[in-house]
Amino acid sequence: MNLFSLIGDFSTFFFRSLFISWKIRTTKWRILEQVYYIGIGSLPIIIIIAIFTGLVSIVQTSYQLIGTVPRYILGTTLGRMVMIELGPILTALMVSGRCASSMAAEIGTMRVTEQIDALEIMAIDPYRFLNLPRIIGIFIALPILTVISEFVALICGAVYAHYFLNVPFSVFNYGLTHYFYAKDFFGGLVKSLFFALVIAASGCYFGFKVKGGAKEVGKATTYAVVTASILILVLDFLVALVIFG
Amino acid sequence: MIEVKNVSKKFDSLIVLDNVSFNVGDARLIVILGPSGTGKTVLLKAILGLMSVDSGEVLFDGKSIQAIDESEIYEIRKNIGFVFQSTALFDSMNVLDNIALPIIEHTSASTSEVKDKVTQILEIIGMSGKEKLYPRSLSGGMKRLVAVGRALALDPKYLFYDEPTTGLDPIMRDRVVKLIIDLKKNHAKSGIVVTHDLDTAKAVGDEIYMLKRGKISKLKQIRKEVYNG
Repeated sequence: MNLFSLIGDFSTFFFRSLFISWKIRTTKWRILEQVYYIGIGSLPIIIIIAIFTGLVSIVQTSYQLIGTVPRYILGTTLGRMVMIELGPILTALMVSGRCASSMAAEIGTMRVTEQIDALEIMAIDPYRFLNLPRIIGIFIALPILTVISEFVALICGAVYAHYFLNVPFSVFNYGLTHYFYAKDFFGGLVKSLFFALVIAASGCYFGFKVKGGAKEVGKATTYAVVTASILILVLDFLVALVIFG
Repeated sequence: MIEVKNVSKKFDSLIVLDNVSFNVGDARLIVILGPSGTGKTVLLKAILGLMSVDSGEVLFDGKSIQAIDESEIYEIRKNIGFVFQSTALFDSMNVLDNIALPIIEHTSASTSEVKDKVTQILEIIGMSGKEKLYPRSLSGGMKRLVAVGRALALDPKYLFYDEPTTGLDPIMRDRVVKLIIDLKKNHAKSGIVVTHDLDTAKAVGDEIYMLKRGKISKLKQIRKEVYNG
């Protein structure tokens, strides 16, 4: 399959999964299940990543700026950096590693063990049953995770700045809030919505297309994570271009 | 009534089905007999519209499955239960949820009605009290019975069995065979049994066809007192 037909197939698959009868009476529980799995399940890893994102960012920022600019700029720089870029992208990459792989593995295993055929024979649309809840679930969970991640990173940055860089909370907070633009925060969230779609689409697509056995399921999980990660970076650039360019 | 008319299918140069024709009448079980790898499962999947055919057509009560859209195929499939050779049970769901899934998806039954229906099905397949077990803790034979139970969930007119007794010990095989006969006699389930096991074919088949090198031919009726007691 060449690149263009792959893109066509991928897009068709995505729209086929989303633009169908949602049958909300039965699908809502499966969506909630996915929100729980993706949201609550990813929370510990996201918090750990956010803690170190905040700490590394403040250390690097202070190394480059302290002594050349007023100290409140630390709060400004960290805030914008985390909200525009680091929060959305690191959260998305982490969730991609955790969820795109598990989606591909679960759906791929269902494919090779004929469970997807069983759904079709029971007149249950597998696109609605398997893909739709995952797409909607991550669409809800990822922005929430991103906000939590940004909050944790900023708190950690502020605490480090207070105790190790002699930047009081009030000064840090001044820098953070004085130069706060809603566009930065919401721009980051818009990015996370796009990232959510590509993570779910990659996981479901490569799982669905598995043919063969365990080896192919393994390959599908790798393709899913690699594709999702690349698409996240491409979309990061494109969305940044549109919103901040 | 299911009518299979001149169905042909080939993979590259390998002819798997060559002008295959037969009918499945009401309360009749048709057995497709043949060695492994002759295309019996392909035939079942082609009949269900899961696999396209190169020529010919399959009619369900006069409606050609090749000439209708996906939503109509889904409507037809609600009248068909399929028992996979691999059972294809959902491993993330317990027995109750596996059997309940089609009922929840296709009816507006309340939770208690669904439970009652599942309990009733478990009684029919002889698996009462096993609702909470997951497929991983069931033996191969028990999984096969649950797969039959799931196929019965929507009370379909037709049941298709793909190698229902393959790999089972003799006791479990007899149990599955008796269940298939019971479903036909007492619950009026017509259908197709695909197998390479001659004993199963003799026991359950009203008509037996042999599929070999893509060609299908009808065998003469075989006595089946052994399993009818």
